[in-house]
Amino acid sequence: MADDPAPGARVRPVPFRGGGFRPQTNSYVSLAVFIGLILLWEAGSRAGLISPIALPAPSQVLVALADLVRTGMLWKHLSVSLMRLGVGWVLGSILGILVGLLIGLFTIARAALLQLTSALFAVPKIALLPLFIVWFGIGESSKIATILFGSFFPTVIATYSGVDNVDRNLIRMAQSFGLSWGSIVRKIILPGALPAILSGLRISSAIAIVLLVAAEMIGAQFGIGAYILQAGSLFAIDQLIAGVTILAVLGLAISWVIGRAERRFLDWRS
Amino acid sequence: MRLLADRIGHRYGTTEVLRDIRIAIGEGEIVCIVGPSGCGKSTFLRMLGGLEEASSGQVLLEGEPPAGSLNPITYIFQDFALLPWRSVEGNIRLVLEDHRLGAAAMRRIVGDVLERTRLSEFRAALPRQLSGGMKQRVAIARALAVRPAVMLMDEPLSALDSQTRELLMDDLVELWTRDRFSACYVTHNLAEAVRLGHRVHVLSRRPGRIRETVEIDMPLAERAERAAELEAMQRHIWLIMREEARAADRELADGR
Repeated sequence: MADDPAPGARVRPVPFRGGGFRPQTNSYVSLAVFIGLILLWEAGSRAGLISPIALPAPSQVLVALADLVRTGMLWKHLSVSLMRLGVGWVLGSILGILVGLLIGLFTIARAALLQLTSALFAVPKIALLPLFIVWFGIGESSKIATILFGSFFPTVIATYSGVDNVDRNLIRMAQSFGLSWGSIVRKIILPGALPAILSGLRISSAIAIVLLVAAEMIGAQFGIGAYILQAGSLFAIDQLIAGVTILAVLGLAISWVIGRAERRFLDWRS
Repeated sequence: MRLLADRIGHRYGTTEVLRDIRIAIGEGEIVCIVGPSGCGKSTFLRMLGGLEEASSGQVLLEGEPPAGSLNPITYIFQDFALLPWRSVEGNIRLVLEDHRLGAAAMRRIVGDVLERTRLSEFRAALPRQLSGGMKQRVAIARALAVRPAVMLMDEPLSALDSQTRELLMDDLVELWTRDRFSACYVTHNLAEAVRLGHRVHVLSRRPGRIRETVEIDMPLAERAERAAELEAMQRHIWLIMREEARAADRELADGR
């Protein structure tokens, strides 16, 4: 048969050389790495390899965390921090989306605000905190303003570049069917820019947490940042690590919420 | 209602893309425009529907659109232009929502066009779940929903494979037989032009002018059977176009 190899000829399969370059996530592996690292750290501390002065054992950090819960201070610190973070980030994001839309939609807004935004985006907002304290006082307003400013600019940039990248053909289609300007913005431009806006919110949330801690280190009695600063100045490293752990969990929680939002609102993407 | 292009000319900067184009799309007529790539036929179609302004000449509407037409001049695009975040039904509703039709009328229209394009069972599907042919059917359903007087079709089958193209041509003929819509159909595919066109305008290479106009007075419904005659017609048009196409091809290759 012509389809069969010739008798006596040397045959070998064609080696497979495709595949690869598609890394996947695996929640079991990431959990295992996480737990493994903590166990290693605990074992190192118990064996005396890690000095308790430099880095207390995870169990001690846990004790510090338990203390925080027991005395009710956890909620006290966390609620103040969440309020600052929530108000600052939400307001910053809403304003950022609005200004981003203006820059994305109107020539005048773009001409007026684009360069200004780029210039102010590069300024570290922590550097503005003393200024905000002069303007708004040492209380909540200056802290919220810092977080608001910090989350505003990345959201502006994400939003207007999202608007810029909306498929022009869809807009032309909408115009050809006589859709009103408002309908085009609401039904085409906003949903089209949503992926970019959500990834902008992811970045701005991380920036907001950084600024939260920085702001709370100046003139705050409560808050996770204040707690960490206090612990640091008392050399209570276990409490310090406990505070950092709370921040990490906070970051994870926000990222999880945004991930859920992405799955909910962007399920149309393939 | 008739749509008339009155001596349309156009230039982008110093490049002249269209010169002195006069065509008329009468009621119930499918007018095809063929031409080599880059001859400005898609630009011309955008001008017909008011999506782009011509440098000279104008597009005129003669008579009134039929009563109940929500969007007299309606496009069908090569890339379908469906909103990926809306279902099949949602995409059709999109073009009706601004007209304040009331829920019952909206439901009736959507149900009707889905049935005419045989999409009723795909009502809830998202565009990413559909094949190219199905996507274009959705776009056709969306166009039918606004009861157009003239359909402007910009290479509507060019993104599809040849078998799907055949199927959709049959569908278009069937829809036309039922509704007698008028259309301007732009394509580079001569087989489509002779299958669907009552009249075929052949454009020259840039700047696009009408080289020749070929009338095909064979009923659309019979064309699938009389393939040999169409073949001859197609060959005739190709002979007109060949030199233009070759020159246009070289023009692009030389980078002008």
